[in-house]
Amino acid sequence: MISSFFFYLFAAVTCLAGLMVVTARNPVHSVLFLILAFFNAAGLFILLQAEFLAMLLVVVYVGAVAVLFLFVVMMLDINFVELREGFQKYRTLGIVIGIILLAELFTTFFQLTSDSGALPEATGVHNTAQLGRVLYTEYVYLFQLAGLILLVAMIGAIALTLRSRPGVKRQNISTQNSRRREDTVRLAKVNSGEGAEAKEGSN
Amino acid sequence: MMENNWYIELAWIVAKILAVIVPLLIAVAYLTLAERRVIGFMQLRKGPNVVGPFGLFQPFADALKLMAKETILPAGADKTVFMIAPMLTFVLALVAWAVIPFDAGLVLADINVGVLYLFAISSLGVYGVIMAGWASNSKYAFLGALRSAAQMVSYEVSMGLVIINVLVCVGSLNLSAIVEAQRDMWFALPLFPMFAVFFISTLAETNRAPFDLPEGESELVAGYFVEYSSMSFALFFLGEYANMILMSAITTLLFLGGWLSPFDFAPFNLIPGPIWFILKICLLLFVFLWVRATTPRYRYDQLMRLGWKVFLPFSLIYVVLTAGYLVATDSLPG
Repeated sequence: MISSFFFYLFAAVTCLAGLMVVTARNPVHSVLFLILAFFNAAGLFILLQAEFLAMLLVVVYVGAVAVLFLFVVMMLDINFVELREGFQKYRTLGIVIGIILLAELFTTFFQLTSDSGALPEATGVHNTAQLGRVLYTEYVYLFQLAGLILLVAMIGAIALTLRSRPGVKRQNISTQNSRRREDTVRLAKVNSGEGAEAKEGSN
Repeated sequence: MMENNWYIELAWIVAKILAVIVPLLIAVAYLTLAERRVIGFMQLRKGPNVVGPFGLFQPFADALKLMAKETILPAGADKTVFMIAPMLTFVLALVAWAVIPFDAGLVLADINVGVLYLFAISSLGVYGVIMAGWASNSKYAFLGALRSAAQMVSYEVSMGLVIINVLVCVGSLNLSAIVEAQRDMWFALPLFPMFAVFFISTLAETNRAPFDLPEGESELVAGYFVEYSSMSFALFFLGEYANMILMSAITTLLFLGGWLSPFDFAPFNLIPGPIWFILKICLLLFVFLWVRATTPRYRYDQLMRLGWKVFLPFSLIYVVLTAGYLVATDSLPG
C-alpha cells in the first residue's frame, strides 16, 4: 500500500515538474523544475529496486549536469518577450515530437506486459554488484568504447575552448617555485638622505 | 490490529529519526561555541565565556537573538527560491545521517549503496548556495554562489576518485561493510595520501577555510548569504556546521574505522563503539577549526589548480596503484 502511494506521488510530481519545465516563465525556474523531475525519477527507480541507477541519476544529472546547466542559464541575459514568441513558434513541433515519444513508450510498454520474458530473473545478487559484473565482463569492450567516446568529447571540448591570447600575464607556478632567494632578494645598506639604488650601482 | 501495528511502526521510525537529529542539532550548537573558543585560545584570547558557565549557554543566546530579528526579503528577490534555499541547505545536511552507522547494526537505513547516497547528498549541497545567490538579486551573493558552484563541483571529482580507492579495497558500497573491512587496519594507514586528499577536499566541499572563497569577506562582504537575516541566515549557518560534522563522520567511516576501537585489547575495546565514533568525529572537527585558525585563504586560481591539476591526477593514479597492488597480490575482495 505504501509503495503504491509513493509511486503515485513520485509519478505525479515528475509529470507536473516536467510540465512546469516547458511552461515556466523564468528559465531558471525551468531548470529547478527539471531538477525536481530528476529527483522524483530517482525515487521511481528506488521503488523499482534499482537503487544504483537512482543514485547515479542524482550524482550525475542532479549533482553535476544540472549544476552546470543552472550556472549557464543564470548568467544569460534573458528577454522574456522573445522567449514567449519562441514558445509559440515551436509549439507545434514540440507537440509532434511529444506524441511520437509517447507512442514509442506505449508500444514498448505493451510489449513488455504481453511478453513477461523481457523482465530479468531475480538472482539474489543485488543489482549494483550484478551491474558491475555484467559491465566489466560481457560488455567490457562496449564499456571501453563508451569511455573512449567520452574522452574524445572531452578533448574536443578542451581543444575548442583553449585559446592562447598574446599579451596576457599568466602565472607560471613552476617558475615561481624554482625562484631562489639569492636571485630575488638583496640586502642593501641605505644611508639616510640617499636612495637605495642610486649610489650602489650594482643593480 | 493491523492498523494499530502500522501506527506503532511509524512512531518507532519517527522516534529513531529524532534520536539522531536532536543530538545532532545540539552538537551543531556546541560546535559553533567550540569554534569560537578554540580559535580564541589559538589567538591568545578568551572567546565567549560570559553566558553561563564557560560560556556554555552562548549558542542558545545566539539562537534567541537570531529568532528575535526581522526576516528581510530584498526588493527584486525571487521570494520562493529565496526562502527555499536555506531550508534546502539545512535539510540536506540532515537527511544524509539516515545511512550513517553509529555502531554495528545501529543505523537508520542500512542500504546497499550507502556511500553513493552520501556522495549524492553531498553533491546536492551546492543547490542551496547557488539558489540563494541567484534569488538574492545581489551581485555579491551571485558571485559567491558562482564561485561556490565551481568549487564544489571541482572537488567532488577528486572526492569520488578517493572513494573509489576505498571501495576497491572493500568490495562493497555498504557503509557497515566498509567499517568492518577496517577491523585489521584502518584505511588511513595504507591509503594515507588519499586520506589527506579526502580531508582537504571536504574542507573545500563545506566551504571552510582555507577554501571559504564563496563567503570571502574581503571581496564579497559575506558571499551568497549577504541578503539573509534572522532564521533564514541561521539555517545556512546550522547547515554549514551540520555539514562539517557530516563530512567528519564520512571521513571517519571511510578512513578511521568508524566505530571500531583503535586497539583491539582490554581497556580500549570495552568502550562502546558510538563513543569511539564520536571521539573520532570530534578529532576531525578540531582539525577543521585548527586549519581555520592557522591558514590564510586561497586565491581562486590556486584553488582551481589544486583541485584539477593536483588532486585529480594524483587520486586517479592512486586508484590505478591500489587496484594494481590488489590484483598483483591476488587480494581483491568480492
